[in-house]
Amino acid sequence: MRSRLTKLATALITLFIVSIAVYSLQELLPGDPAVAILGEQATPETIAAVRADLALDDPFLVRYANWLGDALRFDLGRSYRTGAPVVEEIVNRLPITLELLILAQLVALALAIPLGTFAAYRARSRFDRLSTGAAFGLVSVPEFVLGVLLMYYLALGLGLFPPTGWVPFTESPVENLSHALLPALTMALPVMAVYQRLLRSDMTATLQEDFITMAQSKGLSTPYILFRHALRPSSFSLLTLAGMNTGRLIGGSVIVEVLFAAPGIGQLMVQSIVQRDFIMLQGTVIFVAAAYILINSLVDLAYGFIDPRVRYQGA
Amino acid sequence: MNEGASTVTTQPDVSKVPAPRSAEPTAKGNTGSGSRRARRRGLGVLFWCSAAWLGLVVLGAIVAPLLPIADPAAQDYRSVAVAPGSPGHLLGTDGLGRDLLARAVFGARISLIITLGAVTIGLVVGGTLGMLAGYFRGTAERVIVAATDAMMAVPALVLLLALMATLGSSVQNLIVGLGLLGVPAFVRLTRANTLVYTKREFIVAARSLGASNWRILAREIVPNILPAVAAYAFLVVGILIIAEGSLSFLGVGVPPPASSWGMMIAEGRDSLRQAPWVSFIPSAFMFLTVLSFNLIGDRFREESDVRETTI
Amino acid sequence: MTTTAHTGGRRTAQTDVDPILVIDDWKTWFSTDSGAVRAVDGVSLRLQPGRTLGLVGESGSGKTVLARSILGLLPTRNRLNPGGSIFFDGVSIGNLSKRKMRDYWGKDLAMVFQNPMTSLNPVVTVGRQLTEVLKLHLGMSRSAARDRSVELLRSVGIPEPARRIHDYPHQLSGGMRQRVTIAIALAANPRLLLADEPTTALDVTVQAQILDLLDSQQEQRRMTMILVTHDLGVVAGRTDQIAVMYGGKIVESAPTRELFHNTRMPYTQALMLSVPNLTSPSHSRLFTIPGRPPVLTNPGPGCRFSPRCPYAQERCLVEEPPLVAADRPDHEYACWYPVGTPQGAEALERNFSNGVTASGTSMSSMSKLEA
Repeated sequence: MRSRLTKLATALITLFIVSIAVYSLQELLPGDPAVAILGEQATPETIAAVRADLALDDPFLVRYANWLGDALRFDLGRSYRTGAPVVEEIVNRLPITLELLILAQLVALALAIPLGTFAAYRARSRFDRLSTGAAFGLVSVPEFVLGVLLMYYLALGLGLFPPTGWVPFTESPVENLSHALLPALTMALPVMAVYQRLLRSDMTATLQEDFITMAQSKGLSTPYILFRHALRPSSFSLLTLAGMNTGRLIGGSVIVEVLFAAPGIGQLMVQSIVQRDFIMLQGTVIFVAAAYILINSLVDLAYGFIDPRVRYQGA
Repeated sequence: MNEGASTVTTQPDVSKVPAPRSAEPTAKGNTGSGSRRARRRGLGVLFWCSAAWLGLVVLGAIVAPLLPIADPAAQDYRSVAVAPGSPGHLLGTDGLGRDLLARAVFGARISLIITLGAVTIGLVVGGTLGMLAGYFRGTAERVIVAATDAMMAVPALVLLLALMATLGSSVQNLIVGLGLLGVPAFVRLTRANTLVYTKREFIVAARSLGASNWRILAREIVPNILPAVAAYAFLVVGILIIAEGSLSFLGVGVPPPASSWGMMIAEGRDSLRQAPWVSFIPSAFMFLTVLSFNLIGDRFREESDVRETTI
Repeated sequence: MTTTAHTGGRRTAQTDVDPILVIDDWKTWFSTDSGAVRAVDGVSLRLQPGRTLGLVGESGSGKTVLARSILGLLPTRNRLNPGGSIFFDGVSIGNLSKRKMRDYWGKDLAMVFQNPMTSLNPVVTVGRQLTEVLKLHLGMSRSAARDRSVELLRSVGIPEPARRIHDYPHQLSGGMRQRVTIAIALAANPRLLLADEPTTALDVTVQAQILDLLDSQQEQRRMTMILVTHDLGVVAGRTDQIAVMYGGKIVESAPTRELFHNTRMPYTQALMLSVPNLTSPSHSRLFTIPGRPPVLTNPGPGCRFSPRCPYAQERCLVEEPPLVAADRPDHEYACWYPVGTPQGAEALERNFSNGVTASGTSMSSMSKLEA
C-alpha cells in the first residue's frame, strides 16, 4: 500500500515539474510573447488586449498559479487563431488518437506474442535468426519512412486500404477501421519488433524452468504449455515495456496523423505549430504529458494483477 | 531441461553434503561457453559492412562540395522527376529536377552535423550529471534523477516539437534540442554504471590511499564507464537521426534551402504515385545509416558487457 | 513398431509376469565441444509391475539422465543416439518423438521432480495445475475435475484442500508443494511413477513424510515406481530392488535386502559407509569417497571406479569388469575383487600394506574399511 502511495506521489511531482517546464516555454518565446502569439501584423490594441488577457505584466509565479488553477478545472485557455477553447478541441480529437494508440498497441502485441513465442520455442532456428534480423531492420525504419512505404505498397499498389483520410467510427465502423489500420500498422511495426525480441528472450529463459518440464511430463500439448504456462511468467517485462512504449507510440501517432491526414491530437499539435497558435500548442503538450504520466502509473499498478507474487506481497 | 548437462559436471561427493541444487553449475557453464563463443566470432561481417557504409557516408558528407556531383539546389527543368539510372542523374531527380544523389549527400551533411553535435551535448552533459549523481549521491542525485524522470515523462517527439516551435528551428536550435533529448538517457546509463564501479575494490583502494574525488572520477571512473557509454552513443545517434528526420518531415526541421533526409522524404510524399523514388532514395539512405549505427552500437554493447562480466 | 513389440514379448517370456519396463543396453550421449559425454552408457534393467526400484548414485552418475530418458524428457539438442532400447509394457518407447511420448506422459508415465520450489508454475493456481491433467486425460468436466482435485489433495495429506486449490504455489511450504506435485503426478493414475530425488530439496523433518506418502500411494495404487536418489538410506526400507549407478553404468543390482547384506561392489560399500548411522556415536566422522565422479567424455579401458576404489588392482586399470550374476541370478555386480569375497579381502589387504591402491590413491583415509 505504501509503495502505491509513493508511486502516486512521484507521478504527481513529475506532473508538477512538467507543467512548470511546459508553461515556462512561454518565456522562451523570442520577443514579446503577445506578438509571438498574435503574429507580426497584430495591432497595438489587440496586443494590449492579449497582454491583459494573459496577465503578462504579472510575475511568472502568479501567472503560473493562475494558469495551473484553470488547468485543474479543465480550462487550458482559448486559441487566438480560431477562438475555440483548447480543451474542447482536444476532446474532439482525442478519440482518433486514442483509437490509433490502442489499435497500434493491439496490433503490436497480437503480432509479437505469437512470433516471440515461436522464436523462443525454436530458439536459434532459422526462423529465430530471421526474426532477429527483421526486428533489427524494423527498429531502424523511422515511422514516416515505414508509413510512406506501407502507403505506397498496400494503399496505392494493392489498394487494400485508403491512402489517407479519416471516417469517424460513429459514421461507419468498417470505413473507420479501414482508415485506421494502415496508420496503426505503421506505428505498431517498430514497436512490435522490440516486443518480439523481449518476449523471445524472457520466454527462452522461462522454457528452461523446471515447471515447464513438469508441464510437459503431464502430457499437455505444446501450444497449451507455451500459451497457458509459459506466456504469463514471461510477459512481466513485456507489459512494462508496452507501458513505456506508449511514449514512442504517441510520437509515432503525431507523424502518422500528419502522414495519413487523420485529424487527431498529433495533427492538432503540428497544425498549431504551423499556424503559430501557441496557446493551443501549450495546451496539447501539457495534456499529452499528463496522459502519458497517467498511463505509466496505471501500468505500474496493473503489474500486480498479472503477477500473483506481487499481488500478495502488496496485500 | 538442463539436467542432462548438469549430471555430467563434476560435483562434490554426496557423502559430504546432501546434493546441492544441480542447476547452478550448469547455468554458469552455459553462459561461460556462450560468451566465449561470442568472442571467438569476432565482430562479424555485418559489423564491417555497417562500418564501411558509415565511413562512406561520413566521408561523402565531409567532402561533399568537392565531389563531382550536381548542385543540390540546381533545378534541371529538362529532366524533372526522372527515374534512377538516368544519364547525368544516377539516382534520378525530384519534382523540381534537382539531383537526388547530390541532395542525399548534402542531406547527410546536415543530418550528421546535427546528430553528432547533439549526441556530443547529450554525452557530455548527461554523462557528467549522471556520473556526479552516481558518485556523490545525496541531494544532487535526487534533483538530477527527478529532473531526468520529468524529462522522460514527456513523449520525446512532443517535447522536441514544443521546443522547436518555441525557439524557432535553426541548425543550432536543433542541435541543442536534440542534445537535450539525449541527456536523460546518458544520465541514467552513467549513473547506474558509476554506482556499480564506486563499490568496486579498486575505487575503495584508491580512496583509502587518499586520492581526491576528482582524481578518482577522472582516472578511475571515466575510463571504466567509457566503453558502455560509447556503445550507447552509437545507438543514440541512430535514434537522433530518426528524430531529426521526423522534425524535418513535420516541417519544423532545418529551414530551407538546406535539405535533410527527412525533408526530402516529406517532399516526395506528394508525388508518391508518379515518382516513388523521390521519397525512397532518401529513405534508403536514412535506413541504411540508422541500421549501421544500431548494428555497430549493438556489437559494442555486447563487447562492453563481456568486459564487465569478466572483470 | 510391431516387430519391436514382439521382441519385447519374447524377452520377457521367461518370467511369470511380464515386466512393465525393460531397458536394454540403453545409451544417452551428449555431444559437447570436448567430445561425446556418455551420461548413460549401456544400462540394462527390468522392472516387474507393482514393484519399486531404487536408482542410486552420486550426482553425475547418470541416474537422473536415465530417469529422464525413460520418460523421453531430455532436450533433443546435442543428443546423440548411439543405441539401446526401452520397452514400456512391451512397446519400444526409447526413441519415440516427444509428440508420440505425449500419449504416455501423465497417464502412463509420470514424474515427481527434485525441487518443488521450481517445478510448480508460480503464476498458476494449484487447482488449475491439477485440474488441467484431469480434464486432459480423464475428460472430466470443470466441476468434476475440481471435486477430484480436492480429493487428490486430501489423499496426499494437504489440510483444507478445498481452500488450497485457490492458492498459488508460493503460498505453500516446500513439503506441501511436493505433496501437490505428487498429487499432480498421480492425478491420471499413471502406471509407472519416476520420483527424481523427491526429498533432496526438502527439510530433513519433511523428507520421511514425503517418502512415506510415496510409499503408501504406490501400495494403494499397485503402481510401479522408480525412486532416484543419492542416498542409500532413503531407499533402504522402501524399495524391492536397487540398482547402483556409477559413471553412466549400473555397477551393482540386487533385491534390496540382498544388496545390503551381501554388498559386492566397493562403490556400493562406500555409499553405505557414507550414510549417517543413528547407532554410531554422534561425533564419528562419516566415510567420504576420495576423488570425484569421472568425467564421462573419454572413458579409459579399466573400471570407471578404479581411480577412487580402495580395492583397485592392476587388472582394474586395464580391463573393465562386466556386469555378471556370479552368486545368485538376481544379484549382478561389475567387479574383479568384490567385497566379501576372498579375492576382495586379499586386494584390500595388499593395498593397505602398500599404503596406496594400484591407481595411486592413498589408503590413509580408508581405515574404516579395515574393521
